[in-house]
Amino acid sequence: MALFKVTSPHATGPLNTARVMQLVLLATIPGVLALNWHFGWGVLVNIVFASGVALAAEALALTLRKRPLGFYLGDYSALVTAVLLAVAMPAYSPWWLIAVGVGFAILIAKHLYGGMGYNPFNPAMVGYVVLLISFPVEMTTWAAPRQAFSGEMPGLADAISVLFAGREAIAAFAVDGITMATPLDILKQNNSLLIEDLWQQSPVFGQWGGLGWEWANLGFLAGGLFLLSQRIFTWHAPISMLASLTLISALFYDGGSSASGGSPLFHLLSGATMFGAFFIVTDPVTSAVSVMGKIIYGALIGVLLYLIRVWGNYPDAIAFAVLLMNFAAPLVDYYTQPRTYGHEPAHKSGDE
Amino acid sequence: MSEVSYKELSLNGLWKNNPAIVQLLGLCPLLAVTGTVINAIGMALATMLVLIISNSCVSLIRGIVSDAIRLPAFVMIIAAAVTCIELLMQAYTYELFQILGIFLPLITTNCVILGRADAYASKNSLLPAMYDGFIMGLGFAVILIILGGMRELIGTGALFNNMDLLFGEAAASWKVVVFSDYKQFLLAILPPGAFIFTGLIIAVKNLIDSQIKQRQNALKEKPAAGSKRVRVTGNIS
Repeated sequence: MALFKVTSPHATGPLNTARVMQLVLLATIPGVLALNWHFGWGVLVNIVFASGVALAAEALALTLRKRPLGFYLGDYSALVTAVLLAVAMPAYSPWWLIAVGVGFAILIAKHLYGGMGYNPFNPAMVGYVVLLISFPVEMTTWAAPRQAFSGEMPGLADAISVLFAGREAIAAFAVDGITMATPLDILKQNNSLLIEDLWQQSPVFGQWGGLGWEWANLGFLAGGLFLLSQRIFTWHAPISMLASLTLISALFYDGGSSASGGSPLFHLLSGATMFGAFFIVTDPVTSAVSVMGKIIYGALIGVLLYLIRVWGNYPDAIAFAVLLMNFAAPLVDYYTQPRTYGHEPAHKSGDE
Repeated sequence: MSEVSYKELSLNGLWKNNPAIVQLLGLCPLLAVTGTVINAIGMALATMLVLIISNSCVSLIRGIVSDAIRLPAFVMIIAAAVTCIELLMQAYTYELFQILGIFLPLITTNCVILGRADAYASKNSLLPAMYDGFIMGLGFAVILIILGGMRELIGTGALFNNMDLLFGEAAASWKVVVFSDYKQFLLAILPPGAFIFTGLIIAVKNLIDSQIKQRQNALKEKPAAGSKRVRVTGNIS
């Protein structure tokens, strides 16, 4: 009988990085489909092109760093970064915009910090913020949802030609002006209409949140719940983020005056709320780790999100809120270190 | 005082002890005003002149000023030099003076200048001190201008814009459009761009250093295979 000497761990979990990343990709499908249905093929074209760029950038970085190519390319982490960034970007973005964003995310935000598992900031959100700061015009022209647009929606071929030739290439942009401000933006700019009137006058509002956006948010919520059921992440960070967002928006909601920041339901189902809560906040590398830490981390993101949305300069703020809390995650972890069984509570530098 | 090696001083200022990318001193102007080549040149020239003047003055008074009050005295000298440069720029290159704004008077607080005054000029005679000021200024200037060039190129797609602010009317045509039809890449012009590009320059310098080291190691004679070690412990009495 052959006895092999094998060191621990003897029992390994069924989840490895690649499997986790695959599940995350799978979970984005409902949200992406909802976005694609409402805003047209530009969403999918963005994702496909971003994935290609991400794989190329990852391969380049790995070659330069003399790391095994197949091992790291096979863990799908670059693909996840690309998909998350592409979902966050406006549909029908030009190719160079996607390339700069994804390239920055992979090369600088991920590999310059040491690659997979070493990045202090969420790469997709770094790429997004770089683009938003550098190319404000391109990053804030959003396509109108299907129901609010009278002309013909661009088809797949149109979407591909927009990617390479720019938005002027097709009639929907050049003639019909398919672009439209997002609901969050319109609500932010509004200072004369009651929310009720605004809802009726502007075509971008839907049943509860932004038209189209509410379905995308529900889609991402479904994907997030699926990931939760698969135990990819724990409930603490996303639920505490959504709870704090609900709480603070309810606290400041005045029933719908013109100065109102919007109802809790509107905030939950507009912009990138659900996407952020389940796909960005839960990033295992850049978030806090302890249970208490995750709750604080998520809650502060929710608060920051509302603060920037309502009183800041930008209509949506998932990226800024997450990056700010990425900064704070080590500090949060430091103060929320759980007590090890049989040991005294961890010493704090302030204690004597 | 031992013999001054100008070669050593030059190597120190430009490479081994470069104020901008090795000592990482004076980062405030480095990061703030290197958005374009012309701003970088303006800042670099001003800093270099202040360095030379302050180093010379400090060297001249080094025997008179007591140790206890040397730092306030040095700062006064630097502030006086900065004020002179500032007035000169206001007189001759007014637009550049306006662009550089608060960062001109802030040269006073640039640690490179006080650092060189205290570490070198206060211990050496006039000529080496002057030369040290010049070469440290040059090392600083080179990095500033490279950084300005990178940021201007990536940020706006062109190089050498507005050179007439410093070099007279004829220089207005020096602008080189490298990428036509280029969208401004604002990040490169904004402060984060300065941090990122400074990091990249430091990385390149470290890469070159490590390659030089590798090459030197390769040149070292290797012991022939099979030869025996000589025991060197113990004293011979």
